Amino acid sequence: MTTTTLPTPRKRKERSQADKTGSKAFNRLAATCLTLFALIWLIPFAYAVITSVRPIEEITADPIGFSLGSWTLDAYHAAFSLNSIGWWYLNSFLISTLSVVFTVIVCSLIAFGLAHLRFRGKGALTVLILAGLMVPMEALVLPQFMEFRAFGLLGTYWALILPATASPVAVFVFRSFLKGIPDALIEAARIDGASWWRIYRQICMPLCRPAVSAVAIFTFITTWNAFLWPLLVLTQTKSQTIPVGLSGLLGATSINQAEVMASAVLGLLPLLVVFLVAQRQIVQGVASTGIK
Amino acid sequence: MTTATTAVPTTRVPSDGRDNRAGWIFSTPFLVLYALFLIGPVLVGLVLSFFNTATVKNDLGAFVGLDNYLDILSSVDFWKSMWHSTLFTLLTVPFLVVLPLLAAVFAARITRNRWFYRVAFFAPYVVPSASVALIFSYIYSPEIGLLTKAFTSVGLPDPGFLSATKGAWFAVTLMTVWWTFGFNFVLYTAALQEIPEETYEAAAIDGASAWQQIRSITVPLLRPTIGLVLMLQVLASLKVFDQIYILLGGGPNGSTRPVIEYIYDTGFTTYRAGYAAAGTMVYFLILVLVSAVWMITSRRRDARA
Repeated sequence: MTTTTLPTPRKRKERSQADKTGSKAFNRLAATCLTLFALIWLIPFAYAVITSVRPIEEITADPIGFSLGSWTLDAYHAAFSLNSIGWWYLNSFLISTLSVVFTVIVCSLIAFGLAHLRFRGKGALTVLILAGLMVPMEALVLPQFMEFRAFGLLGTYWALILPATASPVAVFVFRSFLKGIPDALIEAARIDGASWWRIYRQICMPLCRPAVSAVAIFTFITTWNAFLWPLLVLTQTKSQTIPVGLSGLLGATSINQAEVMASAVLGLLPLLVVFLVAQRQIVQGVASTGIK
Repeated sequence: MTTATTAVPTTRVPSDGRDNRAGWIFSTPFLVLYALFLIGPVLVGLVLSFFNTATVKNDLGAFVGLDNYLDILSSVDFWKSMWHSTLFTLLTVPFLVVLPLLAAVFAARITRNRWFYRVAFFAPYVVPSASVALIFSYIYSPEIGLLTKAFTSVGLPDPGFLSATKGAWFAVTLMTVWWTFGFNFVLYTAALQEIPEETYEAAAIDGASAWQQIRSITVPLLRPTIGLVLMLQVLASLKVFDQIYILLGGGPNGSTRPVIEYIYDTGFTTYRAGYAAAGTMVYFLILVLVSAVWMITSRRRDARA
């Protein structure tokens, strides 16, 4: 963890203040503190994974052992056979994937209109969508529930997919990205006789790939993790999503500690994979939308 | 959808209705869903709050004017739950604004393996609240829990993480800090990258120690970001529901029940939809007020600067 005082060429982003500012002792202290902190942060994950693969009699003898003397995947088998975790997985995947597809299509369409088309009422429309950023979705659950019951959609996938689709945040992410596409390019295509639809499909969307993946990743994570709304809407055990199903395991006596931990690990595994694969994008996305 | 071939205008076509149709066609799918599921519920909620509606029936019930609002404003339980959400905010915000700032400042001084810190701190943020609550319920469980054992092994009394009010607040605060720490850490890290290297170099040449650099360069330059993080965190903490509901069920004896859970309980267990809608509106107004106050004060600050 020592640093050289020689200026070494590095990529702009990866440069640290360690060079030339010459506070070696402080930097070493910072590194030590932070590493310790990060290791503490990993304890709950480690505890969950280790507990989930320990034989149950070992857990009973020593509930907080971190030893991996003998390990077994029994708890995972049990978690799959005892409760409907397979169904929950399927529901979560279907709902999250469909939400991603709809959100990307619906929000990029309107964002394209706001970024490159001139039409009457555009200003008012932008204000209306901006106002939507202010509305906390948590405060809408009750009227939304009444609405969906009136439509007869309670307990269906639609009840989970539709409310999240019209996302003001996604619109603004797409719009700021689309605004970066030069007007001259659009003009040229128009002069060549391309329809707006073709410009959207063949010029803008291909250029918008980073925005598409950012919106897709975020939509996937938020829909997968949604709790309050699915808790209200999905009352059948088999139709529940992972978080709602898991919350029902808390305090259940029919299931042992290793199985609960195995279920918790199964619930977070897909997201951890998504995160590790797309971590750069996720972090950049948080940084850019948060700062703006 | 054809364009004129004669005398192509060099500027954009003036807004004489040329793109009007296309513009609205592109906006329609979003607008339909937006009207149905965002604007609609806001209006439905507003209407419901003036009626004596039952959640289980499909009709509005009797018009009761402002009665629901008077009931809510004089309800001890509503204000108790409002206080619980506020207390949760007071407990979590300092940790979630200050600690990530420290961590980000430290991380900026580290050259190697930055990905490790990013992963360690941010990974919890992407996992579902239910998984987090399941894991922590065992960390907190009486007698055999990891943290309970840590307390008792150094001679401290068992704080009763899941059974005593104080212990429960401690438990839920710690869990939330662990779970959402990474988000603010990333926001600060992004802002820190905007500070030019030369500023620090100049300060170092003038003989400023690392600590002085942090105090007189980093923190002042990060002030807008700190303000933003503070605001986002206050709003997020006031919306707390998942952690408290799953881990404690609002217990022990309702002593940690947040306002969202109160609205949920009145609307979905006692079926008083009109009353719950009025509670939602009051809560919504409080959130809007908080945002408005912040916007006004930050505008003033910008104007002064």
